[in-house]
Amino acid sequence: MSAPLRPDLAAIADMIRSGARVLDVGCGDGALLQHLKTRDVDGRGIEISQANVNACVARGLAVVQGDADTDLVDYPAQVFDAVILSQTIQATEKPRVVLDHLLRIGRRVAISLPNFGYWKVRLSLLAGGRMPRTNTLDYSWWATPNIHLCTLADFVDLTRECGATIVEAHALNNNGTTSKMDPASLTHGYLGPNLFAQGGVFLLKKS
Amino acid sequence: MTEAPRFLRPVTAPSADVGMAVTFQTPLPLDCGRSLSPFTVAYMTYGTLNADKSNAILICHALTMDQFVASDNPITGKPGWWTPMVGPGKPIDTDRFFVICANVLGGCMGSTGPSDIDPSDDKPYGLNFPVITIRDMVRAQKRLVEHLGIEKLLMVIGGSMGGMQALQWAASYPDCVRAVMPIACAARHSPQNIAFHEVGRQAIMADPDWHGGEYYLFDTKPKKGLAVARMAAHITYVSEMALQEKFGRNLQNRDAKSFQFTPDFQIESYLHHQGASFVERFDANSYLYITRAMDYFDLAEEHGGQLSDVFRLNSARFCIVAFTSDWLFPPVENKRIAHALNAVAAQVSFVEIKSDKGHDAFLLDEPEMFATVRGFLNHAATDLS
Repeated sequence: MSAPLRPDLAAIADMIRSGARVLDVGCGDGALLQHLKTRDVDGRGIEISQANVNACVARGLAVVQGDADTDLVDYPAQVFDAVILSQTIQATEKPRVVLDHLLRIGRRVAISLPNFGYWKVRLSLLAGGRMPRTNTLDYSWWATPNIHLCTLADFVDLTRECGATIVEAHALNNNGTTSKMDPASLTHGYLGPNLFAQGGVFLLKKS
Repeated sequence: MTEAPRFLRPVTAPSADVGMAVTFQTPLPLDCGRSLSPFTVAYMTYGTLNADKSNAILICHALTMDQFVASDNPITGKPGWWTPMVGPGKPIDTDRFFVICANVLGGCMGSTGPSDIDPSDDKPYGLNFPVITIRDMVRAQKRLVEHLGIEKLLMVIGGSMGGMQALQWAASYPDCVRAVMPIACAARHSPQNIAFHEVGRQAIMADPDWHGGEYYLFDTKPKKGLAVARMAAHITYVSEMALQEKFGRNLQNRDAKSFQFTPDFQIESYLHHQGASFVERFDANSYLYITRAMDYFDLAEEHGGQLSDVFRLNSARFCIVAFTSDWLFPPVENKRIAHALNAVAAQVSFVEIKSDKGHDAFLLDEPEMFATVRGFLNHAATDLS
């Protein structure tokens, strides 16, 4: 019954060791948690949508309906081996506060996010003169839940602000594949993955 | 021990039969230090217990409910209080599961309560009935479950005070439950809730017909007091929005205000009706005792104030359900339970269902709640097989 995982979730799954204790913040319908369960991962989820929470409950997953922006404060420090935030940070009200909490709660933090520096996005704004709409960011500016979009280079800056070290980084490519990237290649922001990757997956730890 | 089934005739409706009951001679030790013996547990069952006795679900009822969860109530003649939830093909599917629901200790539908005869003086207990707790109610239910030959319940589920009992089951008998589903409840009764209960109790005790709790001997009932208690409580069961939508400021059977104190507004008339019908089916002393049990409920208390410690090493899975407009047991109180369970790595889900119906939502047609219960129960049952 398990469909293939979304590429960023597959990359995150590879970062989680068997038997780990994991919190998936914004776990959706629980696809990743269910996949991890087959590897004896003790997974928990937080999810804001009622329909998704019910889907998770029906899968036998442990999911708390809640909001990443307000609920992370209730979780004690360092109780999870890894905390996951997939395609969610750009939709939070306070990304910096959320990332600080993730680094507090988990020994490792696995994050995937869309790249607003992707060349199609840049071209769309440059040539079209309108807010970009792409496959992964397909919303009108006034309807988008993605209120805090950033480029991969911007995100790397934030990880430094939060005192985090990048353990691993992967580019999410246009064709659905992922490739390892050197975080140092993101510092200038003009070329490299920051231009060519649709998104990124990062494994972080507190420095 | 007397064998079930037999029929009991409760004081509130001497002509009604109340299903099955079992009387235990072995004393039931209580939190107050006293014990009860003999004591009777009246109950109903639905569905069939399977050969390995692994499909039993205990439903715990709320303050003023009873064991008639999915069949007509013999006193009111109305359908069981959770018929949308329990029955063939329903979320709690009686084609698959064996459902048990027992009248709580202290109740007035056949289980031993203050209206029953005290064997020490052959008079109704009245206020000589010991003050009981939620844990005592669960102790009595445990005796019943053992009597039915069931070692481990597939699920314990309940709303409001029923949710408190479900939590207490997990705390008192962690090895006897696989899945626990408390709905619209809390791990402790809040001061605001205690306050509302005290208003209700004072109304009963201020009624001259209460006679210090001995009204059984005077062939009367504190109907006025109990009705006021019910009216006050009923306000807490619904949301302001539900009252606004249902009644607004509409007048009842009149075109203008009467400038008298008879009920002018529909909401007044509705509350009067709630009070009047309640006193026909409920015993005032039972109301005192059961509200007291809820007030005393504080699950963390017996564990040094740490709610997490209650659930340490608990292998049951939990699903906690709250309703957004419930101000009696608000979502934040329910979520506190989920966080406590999470903190000790118990398997817990928390669901917050959008509803404008207030606390009573758990008794009503709430499709999302049905979906949650069905999904949670199905998975718990399949995991077993």
